[in-house]
Amino acid sequence: MGAARVGVVTFPGTLDDQDAARAIRHAGGEAVSLWHADRDLRGVDAVFLPGGFSYGDYLRCGAISRFAPLMEELVPAANAGLPVLGTCNGFQILCEAHLLPGALTRNVGLHYVCRDQRVRVENATTAWTGDYAPGQELLLPVKHGEGRYVADQATIESLEASGRVVVRYLDVNPNGSTNFIAGVSNEAGNVVGLMPHPEHAVEELTGAPSVDGRGFFTSILKRFVNL
Amino acid sequence: MTDSVERAAKTPDDPQPYAELGMKPDEYNRVREILGRRPTSSELAIYSVMWSEHCSYKSSKVHLRQFGTKAPKSEALLVGMGENAGVVDIGDGWAATFKIESHNHPSYVEPHQGAATGVGGIVRDIMSMGARPVAVMDSLRFGALDAPDTRRVLPGVVEGISFYGNCLGLPNIGGELLFDDCYIGNPLVNALCVGLLRKDQIKLATAPGPGNKVVLFGARTGPDGIGGASVLASATFEDESHAKRPAVQVGDPFMEKLLIECCLELFEADVVVGIQDLGAAGVSCATTELAAKGTGGMRVDLNRVPLRDPSLLPEEILMSESQERMMAVVVPDDIDAFMAICARWDVPATVIGEVTDTGRLVMTWDGEVIVDIPPGTAADEGPVYERPYHEPSGQAALNADGPARLARPSDLRATLLSLLGSPNVASKEWVTSQYDRYVRGNTVLAMPADAGVLRIGEIMPGAEETDRGIALATDGNGRFARLDPYAGAQLALAEAYRNVAVTGARPLAVTNCLNFGSPEDPEVMWQFAEAVRGLADACKTLGVPVTGGNVSFYNQTGATAINPTPVVGVLGVLDDVGKRVRHGFTEPGLRILLLGETRDELGGSEWAHVAHRHLGGLPPEVQLEAERSLAAILVTAAERGLLVGSHDVSDGGLAVALAEAAMAHGVGGTVRLPGEDAFVDLFSESSARALVTVRPESFEEFAELCARHEVPCSNLGATGGQELRVEDVLEIPVTELRAAHQATLPATFSA
Repeated sequence: MGAARVGVVTFPGTLDDQDAARAIRHAGGEAVSLWHADRDLRGVDAVFLPGGFSYGDYLRCGAISRFAPLMEELVPAANAGLPVLGTCNGFQILCEAHLLPGALTRNVGLHYVCRDQRVRVENATTAWTGDYAPGQELLLPVKHGEGRYVADQATIESLEASGRVVVRYLDVNPNGSTNFIAGVSNEAGNVVGLMPHPEHAVEELTGAPSVDGRGFFTSILKRFVNL
Repeated sequence: MTDSVERAAKTPDDPQPYAELGMKPDEYNRVREILGRRPTSSELAIYSVMWSEHCSYKSSKVHLRQFGTKAPKSEALLVGMGENAGVVDIGDGWAATFKIESHNHPSYVEPHQGAATGVGGIVRDIMSMGARPVAVMDSLRFGALDAPDTRRVLPGVVEGISFYGNCLGLPNIGGELLFDDCYIGNPLVNALCVGLLRKDQIKLATAPGPGNKVVLFGARTGPDGIGGASVLASATFEDESHAKRPAVQVGDPFMEKLLIECCLELFEADVVVGIQDLGAAGVSCATTELAAKGTGGMRVDLNRVPLRDPSLLPEEILMSESQERMMAVVVPDDIDAFMAICARWDVPATVIGEVTDTGRLVMTWDGEVIVDIPPGTAADEGPVYERPYHEPSGQAALNADGPARLARPSDLRATLLSLLGSPNVASKEWVTSQYDRYVRGNTVLAMPADAGVLRIGEIMPGAEETDRGIALATDGNGRFARLDPYAGAQLALAEAYRNVAVTGARPLAVTNCLNFGSPEDPEVMWQFAEAVRGLADACKTLGVPVTGGNVSFYNQTGATAINPTPVVGVLGVLDDVGKRVRHGFTEPGLRILLLGETRDELGGSEWAHVAHRHLGGLPPEVQLEAERSLAAILVTAAERGLLVGSHDVSDGGLAVALAEAAMAHGVGGTVRLPGEDAFVDLFSESSARALVTVRPESFEEFAELCARHEVPCSNLGATGGQELRVEDVLEIPVTELRAAHQATLPATFSA
């Protein structure tokens, strides 16, 4: 069979789409551009929602994008098991679309933060983290102004109890997220949202001083090779 | 009543508010001569903004010509000065375009929007060359760190750059942030943008071909930045409602991001024959410049300009500086394709006129002709002044008051720590962590590296394969330029040139932003003339042409001008970006070498500033031949893989360079100073020096390279350990260095 096809969605104002596509190619997959205004997932095996400022993020981040025509296709597909990874603005959109619980609010300190952040993989069984060892520590960049993960107490407890906190910040909480949460998944583990940017940590030469982000891409690709 | 051309001809004696618009009586009379009648209020609007200092360079032009007449021969230069930005050949079919521009005054009035729109404006300059903008940098100057004014202005400026640049998706890869009392009330916000394009894709601001359509696209036109036009409107129409409007423009980075992607698709589809961004002087500037450089004529129906505020009058539409707008010239057959691409990106686009061969720029409003002028008279034939200048009266005394009288410290450990924590040397992470340095995935080096470095091979998928990269640095030292503007400008160039070379990149071309006080002050004008002369001479010697830039005058409060601050940006190219060199000690066991010669040069130094608040004497000697040799060594050694690390030695001298190298990766080092005076060795700011590390097995080959280029190479010691140790002088744990270096900015701004 050919390489797995991973869709990369571009909304107006999406910024990291080219980076995500490159990371997918480097991992051996085929990156397929998906356009926000098309009701068409082009038969992809998985979808990556990259970071950026969709629609300028002048309203609540992701609040407009969730109504994009493409999302009308994506939401039922994700509920039916299509693997979806949203990073940064992509994570915000997944929360707004209710594919993931909780919300991402303004960073504590009220500043945009771009830093190389140590994180720990708390759940290595999701569609996007299978290639990591449980508890593996990674260095990934974060870069956002609104990445403080919040949810009601019951939701947080249930996420923690059911292993749906996928990635957690170490050392420093860059945005004030509840329980240092950096990423969560849905119940089935096919939909994952992350504030850090694995696509900026896949090459020795560029981006963060680490290649620890590769695992997110190899995880999803291996899954399809094994199918 | 509309002030039409017909009406103007009939009412020659109507008084006009030219003085309120900043025009001198003789300038106004020249307009009357050109037109053979009084200008209409719309024409007056056009001439007043196009002949302003900002747009016409009327005080600086006679000096700036030297950048052309003295320009070194360069095969790399594809487009020189006079266009929106210069374009340089970087090899393998690729070209780079870059420019730096000031947004000083708006950033003082409204720091957030002033700085944000500064970024937006320079990015559109780069787009209008046909390039994809790929990175930004900022060169910032503020008053003393603890001044109340700084606490107001700096956070706003940083937030504005962060808000706009991050949302736009351009990595911020470097720049400068410096503090000095002279910038209180006059912060400098200079924004640089670099773009890449294929060599055969250069676009120019020109409107050829009669019958071609003129399209205004991007944001709608609103009442921002038209303080001047309101004078006109109220003078003509006595309409108070137009009088009180914001003078500073408001930016929408989301629209700018759409514009970038939209423009790139338009270029790719080849449906644009000429393009110009709308910056200062908005529609006035775009129409006159496009028409002047094209077939010579243009007809525009101003009623067709899409407005955010329907009550705007023609004079206001002409002067509005609403952001995120572009103007294109399109062949009629391509209009449908052009509009379809704009629609795909949700970018409003409207045909507002067409190109003619009449030699006249004609505009109508409600069916009446309100503008009928030869466009070149507004765009290119503005007034030119030979302003008088002379050396400032206190200059000789300032130069005579050298640093020799200053008490030199005995505790060099404490001196280094105090310098590291001083505002100019301290870590700028509080600021740079608010900028996205990774977006687009091609950032190879960013702050605190000496220069930002980008990979270019993957910037536009499907384009030519290349291993190349570009490096960019900006530098400027207002203290050196105050002591000697001729040398100060040369030192700024030398430092930026060196900062590019230490990464392994070959310096290719120069942009500059010349920040000065009032040109009407002969002493300021002398500083300006000397700085330009110095920069042009040095560019010639170093073989790097000026490709473009910007002049910012009137940076002064009352009679007190800022230190003359020429900021110089240098662009270089790495043939193989994988061979880029980092600035720090990356591993233990490396030889630490100092290249260049250290003399007792402390005039204008960081030490004199921090320890004694002293500014006097002369700046370090300019050594352009030595800079050239040093750069040749650094580039060759990087290509051969001999260099492991390489760092510029400048502000704060060798002591600060050593500390920065140790802090970069947490690897210390032990060195023995080569000279007899430890203080001079550590804190002198002699030019043409670099601190490098090589593997022991590469040392001989590297030393031989230095000998061949006649560059002194001192073997200082070796990397390793947790401390920076200068034998018999000081020993400081890297953690202590970091603590001193990192505490300063957060203590002021996070408190």
